[in-house]
Amino acid sequence: MANKPRVAIFDFTGCEGCELNKLNFENELLDILAHVDIVEWREAMDDRVDEYDIAFVEGSLSTPDCIERIHEVRRKCKVLVSLGSCATLGGINAMKNIQPIEEVREEVYGEDKYLFPTLPALPLSAVVKVDYEVRGCPMTQIEFLKLFTALVRGQEPVKPDYAVCIECKLKENECVYEKGMICLGPVTMAGCDAHCPSFGQYCTGCRGLVTDANIAGMEEILVKHGLSVDEARKRLQLYNVNQLEGVQK
Amino acid sequence: MSTNLDIKVKHLTRVEGHGNIVVNMKEGVLEKAQLEIVEAPRYFEAMLKGRSFHEAAIVTSRICGICSLGHQIASLKATEDALGLEVSWQTIQLRKLLTHGATLQSNILHAYFLAAPDFLNVGSVFPLIGTHPEVVVRALRMKRLANDMGDVIGGRAVHPITCVPGGFTRIPTAEELLELKRKLVEEMVPDFLATVDTMAALAGAIPQFERETEFISLRSDDEYALYDGDICSTDTGTVDDHEYRKMTNEHVVTHSSSKHCKANRSSYMVGALARFNNNHDKLCDAAKDAAEKLGLKPGCCNPYMNTIAQVVEAGHCALDSVAIIDQLLEAGLKDEQPNQEPTRFGTGIGATEVPRGILYHEYTYDRQGRMVKANCIIPTGQNLANIDDDMKKLVPEFIEKSKEEITLMLEMLVRAYDPCISCSVHMLDVDFIE
Ligand code: SF4
Ligand code: SF4
Repeated sequence: MANKPRVAIFDFTGCEGCELNKLNFENELLDILAHVDIVEWREAMDDRVDEYDIAFVEGSLSTPDCIERIHEVRRKCKVLVSLGSCATLGGINAMKNIQPIEEVREEVYGEDKYLFPTLPALPLSAVVKVDYEVRGCPMTQIEFLKLFTALVRGQEPVKPDYAVCIECKLKENECVYEKGMICLGPVTMAGCDAHCPSFGQYCTGCRGLVTDANIAGMEEILVKHGLSVDEARKRLQLYNVNQLEGVQK
Repeated sequence: MSTNLDIKVKHLTRVEGHGNIVVNMKEGVLEKAQLEIVEAPRYFEAMLKGRSFHEAAIVTSRICGICSLGHQIASLKATEDALGLEVSWQTIQLRKLLTHGATLQSNILHAYFLAAPDFLNVGSVFPLIGTHPEVVVRALRMKRLANDMGDVIGGRAVHPITCVPGGFTRIPTAEELLELKRKLVEEMVPDFLATVDTMAALAGAIPQFERETEFISLRSDDEYALYDGDICSTDTGTVDDHEYRKMTNEHVVTHSSSKHCKANRSSYMVGALARFNNNHDKLCDAAKDAAEKLGLKPGCCNPYMNTIAQVVEAGHCALDSVAIIDQLLEAGLKDEQPNQEPTRFGTGIGATEVPRGILYHEYTYDRQGRMVKANCIIPTGQNLANIDDDMKKLVPEFIEKSKEEITLMLEMLVRAYDPCISCSVHMLDVDFIE
């Protein structure tokens, strides 16, 4: 390829697990690097530049500084990709959005609460246009590789809009409900190859909800399997509070 | 000699999370030398409040991706202590293997990808792919194998899946463990020995700077303490992990969204160097040899040597993993279900060593097994005051050097601690009782 795409990587409010998951492509990393030029990545290098073709962004937006920086990234890039639940949904950080923010800050810092500004945790798409997304917590590696390959080849990536249960059944896993556990697979967007149920653990809903998810039906199942109404809602909210309760501005 | 010095490094690179270095000297008087933490707070208490004990480790794992296994272990130990859940010998051995894998991966990542570029005077690891390809390929191979340990036993290296209160949701097969052992013996051990040679060749670039301080880590009579042990200080000896608040004393400071800690002095250090200073007698022979070759001696108080201590530990983790796999296979793997029947509801502590140092979680549960109180003290938070104290001694000592050289030394200093800023702004020190 004559012109390698120039790639930049950014992190906002998150745990950097998604970025780390990228460094964990040890077998593919050198191949990936042969197809692109990484021009900016604070976690791994010193350089800072003025424009790039593709920006990969991890983390949710939760301070005034984040909002300013994401506008800058959007201006400098051609294609913007959100990586992981924090960037795509607001993620686990968004749990604080349904608690009065003053209270949350006071609990942590007491009278020093005004030292450190904070906003509700928002997905990137609440502030700028996002072209593609990779879901998961941490971002799903197979999905990232597929998207990456499609972008480098100039193809349109495909994304599934069906439940994790479908992938789980295809893998012939024992359903964790059979073991007396609960699971959010029935309402969660596929694309992870039912990774958690394949290791005997329940799906926590980290990839977000499928379109038209039947939330009332899901809550009913959870309650039938022993959770209180409040607990059932809490399990669903873990990653999906912005979607279930509406993004709070 | 410059008597005025003004350094500001915004969003320091090659560390986890966002921090600034600020140094101010006027007419020979040092007014300020500190690491400012500007990472956005994430308010984990809001996520944990009222949640079931099944979810605690899933949530606290997300405090930090790179330390996710360590957070899970501390979290599970705290939950099991609070709920009176006994775990089996097999569970403990599998957790130790996961801990070794995570320590290996993190120490290798830091030494090769984040610290080594400074020793070679380049801005990142990427130029090294062209100039030192065999070293980069070796580093990637070691990291891959360390992550394989997490993938096989934990289901995933970042935010592992299978570790739950009371045990594991899936037990690895004997074949999987044998394959890990084969790779550890055939690939990791030779790669470790080569790493020691590489680091020995670079060690000349490590700044000569010393500051006497207090070192705190876990210590155990049985082994080089990582998974479990008592809290040990070079100043005052060992205490039980339930006494952790006495050894941390968290407090808010204005220049950092992460709290600072102190024990017997104004600051203390945790991490690989602290563990080495407290526990070097428990290292395996290959790791002891490596320490000698790399000029690392017990009682070392050069913080830059933390990177070297990480390399030494990598060797110990690799060889001890082989020993643990042998024991597990000899005992025969049992398909155990996790023990999740609480025998009490109360408060529990989990203390464990994560790559960056000692980590504490403390939880209180109500009678329904829901979280009412949580506290979590992170290694990087514990190191922040020590980093500030190092800077205050370093700047006047090296004031003859140029501003650029001093800035580089300060950046290298902060990187040597391998700080995890995402972790340190977790913000979890709260009572939920209304
Ligand atoms: S999506 Fe999950 S793994 Fe990724 S940054 Fe957020 S908390 Fe971390
Ligand atoms: S384990 Fe979860 S994802 Fe798999 S079939 Fe059962 S409910 Fe669906």
